[in-house]
Amino acid sequence: MADNTTIGWAEDGTLEVLTFDVHGETLAIEAGLVREILDPLPETMVHGAHPLVASVINFRGAVIPLANLHVAFGLQRDTLSADARVVVLELELGGETLHLAIGTDRVNEVTTLRQADAEPPPALGVRWPRGLLRALVRRGGDVVLIPDLVMIFDQIAGRAGETAAAA
Amino acid sequence: MSSDDPIAAFLVEASDVLDAVESALLDLNERLDDMAVINAVFRGLHTVKGSGAMFGFDALANFTHHCETAFDQVRKGQVPATGPLVSVILAACDHMRRLLHGEAKDDAGATLLAQLETEMAKATGAPKGETAPVPQPAGGGWHLRFRIAPDAMARGINPLALLAELAELGPCQVTALLDAIPPLPDLDPAHCHIGWDITLTGAVSREAIEDVFLFVLDDMELELTALEPADAAPQASADHGEPDPDPRTEQTRTAPVETVRVPADRLDAVMNRVGELVIAQSRLSQIASSNENIALRSVSEEIERLSGELRTTMMVLRMVPVAQLFGRFRRLVHDLAGETGKDINLEIEGEGTEVDKTVVERLFDPLVHLVRNSCDHGLEDAEARRAAGKSPTGTVRLAACQSGGQVVITITDDGRGIDIDRVRARAEANGLIEPGAPIPDHDLIQFIFHPGFSTATKVTSLSGRGVGMDVVKRTIEALRGTIEIASQPGHGSTISLRIPLTLAIIEGLLVRVGSGRYVLPLAAVEECLELSTADDTRSQGRSLITLRERLVPFVRLRDLFAVSEPADPFQKIVVVASGSSRVGLVVDQIIGSHQTVIKSMSPLQKGAAAFAGATILGDGTVALILDIGHLLAAAGGREDRLRAVG
Repeated sequence: MADNTTIGWAEDGTLEVLTFDVHGETLAIEAGLVREILDPLPETMVHGAHPLVASVINFRGAVIPLANLHVAFGLQRDTLSADARVVVLELELGGETLHLAIGTDRVNEVTTLRQADAEPPPALGVRWPRGLLRALVRRGGDVVLIPDLVMIFDQIAGRAGETAAAA
Repeated sequence: MSSDDPIAAFLVEASDVLDAVESALLDLNERLDDMAVINAVFRGLHTVKGSGAMFGFDALANFTHHCETAFDQVRKGQVPATGPLVSVILAACDHMRRLLHGEAKDDAGATLLAQLETEMAKATGAPKGETAPVPQPAGGGWHLRFRIAPDAMARGINPLALLAELAELGPCQVTALLDAIPPLPDLDPAHCHIGWDITLTGAVSREAIEDVFLFVLDDMELELTALEPADAAPQASADHGEPDPDPRTEQTRTAPVETVRVPADRLDAVMNRVGELVIAQSRLSQIASSNENIALRSVSEEIERLSGELRTTMMVLRMVPVAQLFGRFRRLVHDLAGETGKDINLEIEGEGTEVDKTVVERLFDPLVHLVRNSCDHGLEDAEARRAAGKSPTGTVRLAACQSGGQVVITITDDGRGIDIDRVRARAEANGLIEPGAPIPDHDLIQFIFHPGFSTATKVTSLSGRGVGMDVVKRTIEALRGTIEIASQPGHGSTISLRIPLTLAIIEGLLVRVGSGRYVLPLAAVEECLELSTADDTRSQGRSLITLRERLVPFVRLRDLFAVSEPADPFQKIVVVASGSSRVGLVVDQIIGSHQTVIKSMSPLQKGAAAFAGATILGDGTVALILDIGHLLAAAGGREDRLRAVG
């Protein structure tokens, strides 16, 4: 899992992922990154942090940031539905292993995607910024997005200082 | 690095052995004829050589072999140990460390060996100390009775080889002692249950026999008695001149406390689990207290007690004795004595005091600086000391003791002390104080910690190595500690550091702002008061309150954190201070003091500079710990603007 910016398709051209919904879109991340799926936990707002990671939660005694992918993709955050879950990931960023929670509207399933169905993100036709996606995968009649988490969070790790200065 | 990696394990172990050798060499320097110490050094060198060769560190094994050979002559009493010889071997140890980490220069080893040879030659010529070990054969022979540790065979010790070596010394009559053999069902065939009773005849010295057991001596039972009484007293050596069995070997040595090396992150993981447990437990006790079920309540109380104890035990696991830290200063002072040509005696006290491991690591650099200062500038040279009527040997004392939740470390020297008048002159010149201002000496002297103060004048006892006292002060403050100096002209100075025992826990004051809860480090809190309605309304123009004749700026945390809920009717002010600057923080409610475990913030949130960390409250929610330094800086900017206006 050293390089998350490319997709680690298995030799037979498949990838095991966890799919979840964020604001009506279905996203997928490698199942191997997922540590745990939790019911929504009490959040503590961190004033001055990047809006994408504006709060922290208590994950088994550790304090970890809760990321709001809506913000990364410029969307409004929905009010929490009964299906809302928090997905805790283990992500390698800048040589460090970080724990990070992602707020989702609903967690669907662990499923297998096929490389044959994958396409690079198109220039037009998607609401999400193209640079933050690694691929689109056709699945049934629907499309699953594979976000580029390293790119998204690297950005704020680098930019965090500027944001604070501006605020 | 995985702990399964034998090379990594070897590196760790070899470093430990070299530390032990260094420590023994420093002991040797004080007691040049102590055979126990000489043996310890020799054993250490031998181990480094042996395991070095085993793991393919040939250069190390080769170099160490030469040192070992040289030192063997000391051990055999052919060459007396001398101060310079010890210094060369100390330098050789440093070289071994570099070899170990593959950063040695090629020619360094050869130079050291040449030096070693020179010192050996000099030492041979030197008159032997009267107590130098003189091998004195006992004419009639010896009676030995020994047992090796049951698990010794598992460590590769072969009792047959020991017997064979003894037989080489002289004719032996060997009887096996079978009394300790357990009944068959309990017998562990891998253990050695047999002892030996041996009568060795011939002129053999005690040292020769002890040599046979050199590498097993630590955990074996050995009784050694000379066969001929009185006049054949074998030991000329001062420490055990009796013909009785050597007191060291007569009784089984107390087994050393067993230790296990655990990677720090595993400890942290356990610590986290315990933290979780405490949180789950507090939820349980909440449920139990609102429940009628007696059995549930009693179990809940039981778990509360257990988890409390578990937490206390966990805290202690991270603690290490300061001896680890202080031990490194013996070498430093030894070297400094050489550099400065002064006679310096280092006294160490309270080595058993325990401090969090991280604190110990971060204390090393500031302490090096302070000890250097004391040796370089605090202590006078021998002549000046004699002129002042003091012993020519200067004394530097490192002491540690625990006082409440803090550990106090003092560095004391009996040198010339600090010249108060020059400190005053310097402070006036720098514009830090008004000329002639009536400041007590004790307060005045603290100015040497002021940035930019020290470098110009020697009197501030700055060692001039690029680190000023202000850096020392900052490091100590980063550990949430304080530093203070006291000095008596002509009698020396004392620097006291007060450091919290652990970085993992702080006493905090829990406050509420809107619906958010925050923790203020209690050490920074000066007082709490109510914000009067008058001050509250007036403060629209300026944010200042008068507190004991002084204006204190205040910051509304609800503004700072953009809280939208309406403010409570009676706002409270918590006055916090760091150094001489103070600021009042306006909060909605003061909840109370709270001992908290500090969790660091994720690097993804480093933009939130107002927070020093986070902690988990009893109900499982996260509260953020405010960074007082940052708040003061924020308020300071505001205060300056006010001054400019007013």
